[in-house]
Amino acid sequence: MLSLLIWLPIAGGLLAIPAGRVSVHAVRWLALLVAVATFLASISLLFGFDAKQHAMQFSEHVPWIRAFDVYYSLGVDGISVPLILLTTVITVLVVIAGWEIAPGRIGEYFAAFLVLEGLMIGVFCALDAVLFYVFFEGMLIPMFLIIGIWGGPRRVYATVKFFLYTFFGSIFLLVALVYLYLQAGTFEIAQLQQFHLTAREQYLVFLAFLIAFAVKIPMWPVHTWLPDAHVEAPTGGSVVLAAILLKVGGYGFLRFSLPMASYASSKLAIVIIAASLIAIVYIGLVALVQRDMKKLIAYSSIAHMGFVTLGFFVIFALFNRADASAAMAVQGGMVQMISHGFISGAMFLCVGVLYDRIHSRQIADYGGVVHSMPIFATFFVIFAMANVGLPGTSGFVGELMVILASFKANVWYAVLAALTLVVGAAYTLWMIKRVVFGAPGNERVAAMTDLNGREFFCLLVLTLLVLWLGLWPAPLIELMDASVGHLLQQSQLVNLR
Amino acid sequence: MESLGADVMLALPEVILLGAASTVLVLSLYAGRAGEALAFWSSLAVLGAVAVLVGFTTTPQETFAFGSLYIHDPLAVAVKLFACLTAAVVFMYARPYLQQRSHARPEFYVLGLFATLGVLVMASAHNFILVYLGLELLSLCLYALVVFERDSSDASEAAIKYFVLGAIASGMLLYGMSILYGLTGSLDLAEISAHLGSRTTDSIALVFALAFIVVGLAFKFGAVPFHMWVPDVYHGAPTAVTLFIATMPKLAAFVMTIRLLSNGLQELLTDWQQMLVVVTVLSVIFGNVIAIAQSNIKRMLAYSAISHIGFILLGILSGSDFGYAAALFYTVIYVLMAAGAFGVLVLFASQGRSMDRLVDLKGLGKSSPWFALIMLLLMFSMAGVPLTVGFYAKLYILQSLVQDGMLWLAILAIVMSVIGAFYYLRVVKYMYFDEPDEQLHVRGPGLAQAALSVNGLLVIVLFVFPNTLLDYCVRVLN
Repeated sequence: MLSLLIWLPIAGGLLAIPAGRVSVHAVRWLALLVAVATFLASISLLFGFDAKQHAMQFSEHVPWIRAFDVYYSLGVDGISVPLILLTTVITVLVVIAGWEIAPGRIGEYFAAFLVLEGLMIGVFCALDAVLFYVFFEGMLIPMFLIIGIWGGPRRVYATVKFFLYTFFGSIFLLVALVYLYLQAGTFEIAQLQQFHLTAREQYLVFLAFLIAFAVKIPMWPVHTWLPDAHVEAPTGGSVVLAAILLKVGGYGFLRFSLPMASYASSKLAIVIIAASLIAIVYIGLVALVQRDMKKLIAYSSIAHMGFVTLGFFVIFALFNRADASAAMAVQGGMVQMISHGFISGAMFLCVGVLYDRIHSRQIADYGGVVHSMPIFATFFVIFAMANVGLPGTSGFVGELMVILASFKANVWYAVLAALTLVVGAAYTLWMIKRVVFGAPGNERVAAMTDLNGREFFCLLVLTLLVLWLGLWPAPLIELMDASVGHLLQQSQLVNLR
Repeated sequence: MESLGADVMLALPEVILLGAASTVLVLSLYAGRAGEALAFWSSLAVLGAVAVLVGFTTTPQETFAFGSLYIHDPLAVAVKLFACLTAAVVFMYARPYLQQRSHARPEFYVLGLFATLGVLVMASAHNFILVYLGLELLSLCLYALVVFERDSSDASEAAIKYFVLGAIASGMLLYGMSILYGLTGSLDLAEISAHLGSRTTDSIALVFALAFIVVGLAFKFGAVPFHMWVPDVYHGAPTAVTLFIATMPKLAAFVMTIRLLSNGLQELLTDWQQMLVVVTVLSVIFGNVIAIAQSNIKRMLAYSAISHIGFILLGILSGSDFGYAAALFYTVIYVLMAAGAFGVLVLFASQGRSMDRLVDLKGLGKSSPWFALIMLLLMFSMAGVPLTVGFYAKLYILQSLVQDGMLWLAILAIVMSVIGAFYYLRVVKYMYFDEPDEQLHVRGPGLAQAALSVNGLLVIVLFVFPNTLLDYCVRVLN
């Protein structure tokens, strides 16, 4: 089942390259068919999934590389299932949004996204550390090409920076994994999680993990690749990058850092919390002064990811409490990841809609969009509100959970984190004011046509998801409850040798 | 040792190759215009036959012949197999290029066959003299091949440099060997090893001899600080010859290092380990950093080769079977990647335009999508990115380093490989992110193209199914 989820899009993607040479029309429908089929397959995952238990389900375990004891080992739990669903939903939307991409290399375009989808699902399923690393790094290749081939004017700089940054980060992950393998004699993530290291080893392993995942998620101060990559990437690339790729970093913290190096995590949590708070406040202020819409949303993403890392690492201050606040913090971080996937994806789609019309991302080039594009303006305002964290939208749930939990850990964490409600509102709404409202900025803006059917469909789906998660997040939380509980147990152990 | 007949039977691959190369040389002289085609096809046939023969003599134990001059063991078999394959592939890639430049003469293949013979001799050498003979046979053929375009002043300059520096390196090696002979009274690797093992004190002379041998090896490998000839030779030689120099001598250098340092001088492990650490660290750093500054793709790949050599030596310097296996695997994979990368360059260059500069690759993603894709795979593989087999090569070396407690060396190596990724990405950038200046349509014989496609796809296939090759490398060096 999980193999199907991984290999179906990859096979479909490879098929899309020759199909693109034959017919532009055919390749579009092929890509859509593959994306939808993968989505349906991932939905069927939900029906067979038992959320009551934390054990890995749908497991597959086949020897792969004998010389290194590597297994092709897959499985999902309550933490990975939501992320897989997020991936498949977003990919369908990206395929639809890329429908009218320049026909010159359309086959390659869809191929890159479908292969990327397969690799991202692979990251969330992999139970073997080397397999995880392979998917984790392999994702760089299609993303590098997506930004480099279909990106904006400074695409080469942006994509090389993106590649080298993440490559540099993840290479330390590899060293740490090899080291763990030689100590523990296995690459199985589940067994590595139970392995005990000395304190010094834990610190080093934790730092190696931190470099890899902090770059990916990205955390302040290693976030600088993200604004460049986002600005230059094509719309679909930005959507996938913001909605899914960043979550791989958060997922890595949950799978590797917290359980495998829980002692070091607890000791160094304060550092992560500080960096998260800086991201939330300082990067929020940086977002305020951006003139480019994509850059603004990119900085806003970094600030929102600050909540994720805050939620994941504030737990160590909550373990001595009798209530469930630690679980709430991790779940809040997870909800924030899913919610940010929808919201940031939607925001980038919105900017893409505008960019398709007058080929500018500068806020100053717009104004009064509401007059020419009322339907679009409605959607854009909804997503902006969700980005701000308005109650009733998904953005509210995750942030509230994290803030509440961190309030119990330290009042000042909560106060600083809650500043985002002010700063986030300021930069998002100010952008909306300048872009959407007011008199039409110029005649080109006044002449813009409203959404076409495909754009409407994409944004509608995302709106429904954002509202659903905002009004009734219980199913998502129930889905991950058992797994998060298990994770917290593991993180609570002082796993020293 | 029982009879000469049995000895010759053991060395049959070398005997056949020698006879065939000589025959081809003579026959092609009288074949007139058909000489080139004759030489090409008969060379392929001979290489195939020798490879099959070598394959049939696979043995798990060591057998000696000619009074222990000659050793037949799994490592020799493996290196011979890979050498024959490499030579055949190089001939296939080179032929359209040579034909297009009207350099298609039978001597290319004859020299290639003799060079291969040199590698085969080195692979089975169990004596200083035989190591040296094999090495010189290989080197002299390579010097001649570099000036294959005899009117080219670049090539002549490269050949002179190669010859002079190569001769110095051979001199160093011989000097080191002669000191060892003086100290131990033997040229036989096993006897030297036994003699060194029975000694109780270290002598300065021994380390002195060892230093000369390591310097000679580093010269032949092209490792920093003895790398000066590498970029010039890669650059000056015709691309088809660069292809040969980039692949075959690496196998030879690997097997020579294992024979000399591991089979002969394992007792001095801690001494040569320290020397190799310096050489590898410098190679990995300089190779990667200087490659960034290159605008000529052949020079860039030359510096990249230096850094890859650093990685191979990193495997060897651990001094364990595990590390040797990692180094063998790395060498084989590197030869595969280098053959592919230069093969693509040779293929493009054989369409009648220069392919020396990086900018010549502009827009190939559009005008020649298939071979650009092959090149892309090879570049990612050289960078060691997963989904390509280059990743395992790096992982294996990394594992052997961490296992032997050389964590900092491992971290240095992979940090440098991130720097290396930059210039491989630049190749991809030129091919895919830039528009072509002129259209290029790849034509030419299907054989080279088919081989190149297989070569490129192997990078992915070996990633998915690595077990056969990995297990083989482990078995060979156990």
